[in-house]
Amino acid sequence: MKDNKNNSILLSHGDGGVKTGRLISEIIGPALKNNILDRLEDSAIIPCRGAKAAFTTDSFVVSPLFFPGGDIGKLCVCGTINDLVTSGCRPAALSLSFIIEEGLDINVFKKVLESIKNTLEEAGEGIKIVTGDTKVVEKGNADKLFINTSGIGFIEDGPGISPSNIKEGDNIIINGNIADHGICILNCRQEFGFKADIKSDCAPLNSLVKDIKDAAGSGLHALRDATRGGLARVLIELSGSSKMNFDIYQDKIPIQRQTRGICEFLGMDPLYIANEGKMVVFAEEKNSIRILDAMKKNRYGKHSAIIGRVKGIKDKNRNASVTLITELGTKRVLDLHYSEQLPRIC
Amino acid sequence: MKKQVESILEEIKDLNKNLVFKKKYKTLKIMEVCGTHTMAIAKHGIRQLIPASIDLISGPGCPVCVTPIREIDKIIEIIKKYDATVFTFGDMMRVPGTNSSLLAEKARGKKIKICYSPTDALDFAESNPDKKIIFLAIGFETTIPLTAVIVKRAFEKKLNNFFVYSTHKTLPQALNALLSDSCINIGGFLMPGHVSAITGSSMYEGIPQKYGIACVISGFEPENILLSIHAILRQITGNDFRVEIMYKSVVRPEGNPVAFSLIFDVFEPADSEWRGLGLILGSGLELKKKFEGFDAKKIFPVANPVSCEPPGCRCGDVIKGIIKPFDCKKFGKSCTPENPVGACMVSSEGTCAAYFKYMAGI
Repeated sequence: MKDNKNNSILLSHGDGGVKTGRLISEIIGPALKNNILDRLEDSAIIPCRGAKAAFTTDSFVVSPLFFPGGDIGKLCVCGTINDLVTSGCRPAALSLSFIIEEGLDINVFKKVLESIKNTLEEAGEGIKIVTGDTKVVEKGNADKLFINTSGIGFIEDGPGISPSNIKEGDNIIINGNIADHGICILNCRQEFGFKADIKSDCAPLNSLVKDIKDAAGSGLHALRDATRGGLARVLIELSGSSKMNFDIYQDKIPIQRQTRGICEFLGMDPLYIANEGKMVVFAEEKNSIRILDAMKKNRYGKHSAIIGRVKGIKDKNRNASVTLITELGTKRVLDLHYSEQLPRIC
Repeated sequence: MKKQVESILEEIKDLNKNLVFKKKYKTLKIMEVCGTHTMAIAKHGIRQLIPASIDLISGPGCPVCVTPIREIDKIIEIIKKYDATVFTFGDMMRVPGTNSSLLAEKARGKKIKICYSPTDALDFAESNPDKKIIFLAIGFETTIPLTAVIVKRAFEKKLNNFFVYSTHKTLPQALNALLSDSCINIGGFLMPGHVSAITGSSMYEGIPQKYGIACVISGFEPENILLSIHAILRQITGNDFRVEIMYKSVVRPEGNPVAFSLIFDVFEPADSEWRGLGLILGSGLELKKKFEGFDAKKIFPVANPVSCEPPGCRCGDVIKGIIKPFDCKKFGKSCTPENPVGACMVSSEGTCAAYFKYMAGI
């Protein structure tokens, strides 16, 4: 890559920002190019004997393994389910692959398995772990435990849910407070010594998505879970792929006071901090209130809010962009070049 | 918009209109000399609210930005020559040296750790007596007392594996140097809130009268910044130039005497090179003789590296407020936050980073 004089992978290649994008588009993409991979969506849609299947994979390297509101086991199940449901599919089965560092306490491993089981029960809908693998490496060659999960789901008939369906006038809705996961992990690494009680928002969002779909009918256009890179990254990516401008109202974005306070103290922008249980919804304006009500009734959507609106593009010579309208009424354009580099938060 | 903000803005507009009408200025340049102000002004879009004839420019307020490339090169030389672990704040990692950066050296396997407090470095030194630990100390009066505390603690504990590489700088000397430069035409200073909390306002006495410039110590909320701009306009209107505190909840005229005296328990003034401003007499700090056993510059000597700024980089002119980031040909093209050419784009409080993040595309 032209920006990397040292020819080595840096931590910033994994932060979900521009370097991650370049690693994918300049190195991985060209090597493995095909018409499904090139869509770069959270789940691949593959034709499957007349039906359509959604398929996704994700790796988890979070440190520490256990944190308020979750652990690596809960995270791997939720992350994979959430990636699947953004395509509008019904998740069916997951795989589970462990890379374990020699010396890991067997009780820690058991605790992670217990959490995986509990999270599958929490998600319901009969989602199962159906296959797996275990590798152990010498001490020092991995850090305690890494997990890879893949997931498969089936897309039922109905209106397509995809960023390409986003339309002018759509409302943009989110299911609650942003930035809690990233700040929770930072906080429990005790690098700052804040006495804050912030829990990760880690949650399986399949039931929320089901409620959204039921309330929306044909008015639901796109879904995306806002994980690494935060709400900003999702909005910027979807603005780019839908070629639409978005206006986002800062005072409408839900955020806990404690989380905002820590972000301000550390000079971090909560818009770019990771979430693990946040779904961004694009829906027709006329259905928005119904969707919002349905989301607020779901246990993972109590603080749902309409945070913005899709605007058309008037000047075709300019790229689509996301404009944040601040509390003072001033404007700023959100940019993907910016990222918060917080390694190993998921 | 909040009612208070609206009414301050109305008054700013009236005062400014009057001053322009009376030909006090065509454009009033107000410089902020604190990275947190730079970020706050950009983040809240303050420039979009105030009249176009008030030009907010950024000065040498970001410690990472004013650290000259030579210091980066020297610390890299130390890491290469000696088996030592360096602790530093995150922003220093990506500042480009002449041939490398701390981040690149870390990726090559050198022992460099990011810390959020200097005590992390001291604690690590204490629990790893077989390792040599260097704390790369950076910052103005706000952070210097913290370094002073850990040096004192290391002295009391008789640690022999803990060292400090000081790039600390003091702000008042830099403001004087800046105002003596005839290229720079500033009508008002937004004085730093955090630094002034330590130094007090008396450190700047003399500056307003000597240079005929309004000086207002500001907080960081948008209302407070606007109130401070308003105070600058009032001083110009009344020809009454003085140091005024608009951040009274935090800043007292006498500052924080305990923290301030801590600085001079441990350090003594030394000449220091600033990016863009060159050598400023007495604007740096080095450890006193009593503490020289902790001075990484003395314990780990390296030859003076041949340092040169990246060709075309105009960070120096940005730091002096002579140009805006948009005026630099590299800005947003070959120099971006993920691939920075100059320090002002690296630091989370750098002027170019602030312009790139908050003002691009508006």
